[in-house]
Amino acid sequence: MSALSIRGLAKEYVRGKPVLRDVSLDVAAAGITAIIGPSGTGKSTLIRCINRLIDPTAGEILFEDQDLARLSGRALRLARRRIGMVFQEYNLVERLTVMENVLSGRLGYVSAWTAWRRTFPEADVARAFHLLERVGLADFARRRADELSGGQRQRVGIARALMQAPGLLLADEPTSSLDPKTSVEIMELMRDLAAESGVPVIVNIHQVDLARRFAGRMVGMSGGRIVYDGAPEGLGNAELKAIYGGESWLSP
Amino acid sequence: MSLVATTEGARRWVRFTPAERMARFAVYLAGVAAIVWSARTIEIIPEFLLDAPEQVADMGSRMWPIDWRHFWPEVWPALIETPHIAAMATLLGLAMGIPIGFLAARNATPVPWLNHLARFILVATRSIPTLIWALFFVAMFGPGPLAGALAIAFHSVGFIGKMFSEGVEEAARGPIEALTATGATPMQKIVMGYWPMALPTFWSVALFRWDINVRESAVLGLVGAGGIGVALNSAIDLIQWDRVALILLTIFVVVVVIEWLVTRIRERVI
Repeated sequence: MSALSIRGLAKEYVRGKPVLRDVSLDVAAAGITAIIGPSGTGKSTLIRCINRLIDPTAGEILFEDQDLARLSGRALRLARRRIGMVFQEYNLVERLTVMENVLSGRLGYVSAWTAWRRTFPEADVARAFHLLERVGLADFARRRADELSGGQRQRVGIARALMQAPGLLLADEPTSSLDPKTSVEIMELMRDLAAESGVPVIVNIHQVDLARRFAGRMVGMSGGRIVYDGAPEGLGNAELKAIYGGESWLSP
Repeated sequence: MSLVATTEGARRWVRFTPAERMARFAVYLAGVAAIVWSARTIEIIPEFLLDAPEQVADMGSRMWPIDWRHFWPEVWPALIETPHIAAMATLLGLAMGIPIGFLAARNATPVPWLNHLARFILVATRSIPTLIWALFFVAMFGPGPLAGALAIAFHSVGFIGKMFSEGVEEAARGPIEALTATGATPMQKIVMGYWPMALPTFWSVALFRWDINVRESAVLGLVGAGGIGVALNSAIDLIQWDRVALILLTIFVVVVVIEWLVTRIRERVI
């Protein structure tokens, strides 16, 4: 039983110049799926089509008995509540505190008036504290987001996404702005927290080694198509050459 | 062949192409023409121009010595009224201008007809000068500070709304995208995203407009809409130049003090 099922997904920003061509992908109910591929090949577009930050041109996105590609307005907002997302640039509201950023993961469940007065339900606040503890930022709740380092901000980003209690976690190059050590810590955190709450993860990632280390499944994209789909062990130099092209960058 | 190649190889570079030079010349020409034309239209009378220093000296002598006794009890209450009118007008202007500013911002309100409507309101209120608003409100509510406050408030709406909407449109897209991804409604994106991100702009606009409104409220008395301008107007009407001097000096001091205050607050807040 797959958590997410993408069928024949296509996206053209400009007519006749498809970025995604007929992409089909089934994602299991647990584990990390890493999407690798050169810049500009549609990885980001694919992941943003899933929660409809970008509207696909054609295709189906089946998630929790709904075709996300067809939703709009309120139905789309309700569906988005079930999909958490982590971003490359963290995308926190920098002038708000860490706690406020984490609580904004609950916006789909409260009114604008509640959000304005910051009177989130007690259970939400308790959950936010719990998540902040899990990402190691329990003492930072009252700090403003712009006082944090990159790694700390991404931890807040993860806490915000999990605050939604999502059925799917998307991560768009979550480690591309971080140093190698912090990148590994962030990936460990995502793996552990997702496993704890039983959420499958789809992650776009540029570092192939990092992807190999954490993902149970690798999807290689090139030219808007999936050209490799399988276990990390099956990804050799020949496959990487097919995904990224060239070979001088590959280690012998 | 190689000789030809070398002469061509010495490339020439000039800052403007011939077409650009022509265009620049046309702009200069238009500038000079505009000055000549407007000088003719406003009909400068040379005699009056030559006479001016004498007139200034005469007015100066009438203004001196300054009539300090006039300060209490005539000028002081009017003086106090002025910043109050300004504060009231700024608060009212913010109350009207901020919501319209959100409606005018294309990112916070992705509904083109609402953007256009909001922009129309902003341009309309701004294009009517405060004095015209004041005449209107004096006719409606009678002379006094209320008419003055409303006049300045309505003229402020355009400025506040426009500056604030530009601040909102400069808000980073990333955090808003993240809020969208959580399933937030447009209103929630304003509450948790655009508003906190535009807060520095809000304070900056509010303080700046208060500063401007203090000066505006000093003038409004000319049409009977309260404040120090009323005292100024009656002193001019009665040709009491020593009192006019006092009032002008008072206005100057108030404006400088308010400006100093605004600068200090701005440093603290932003």
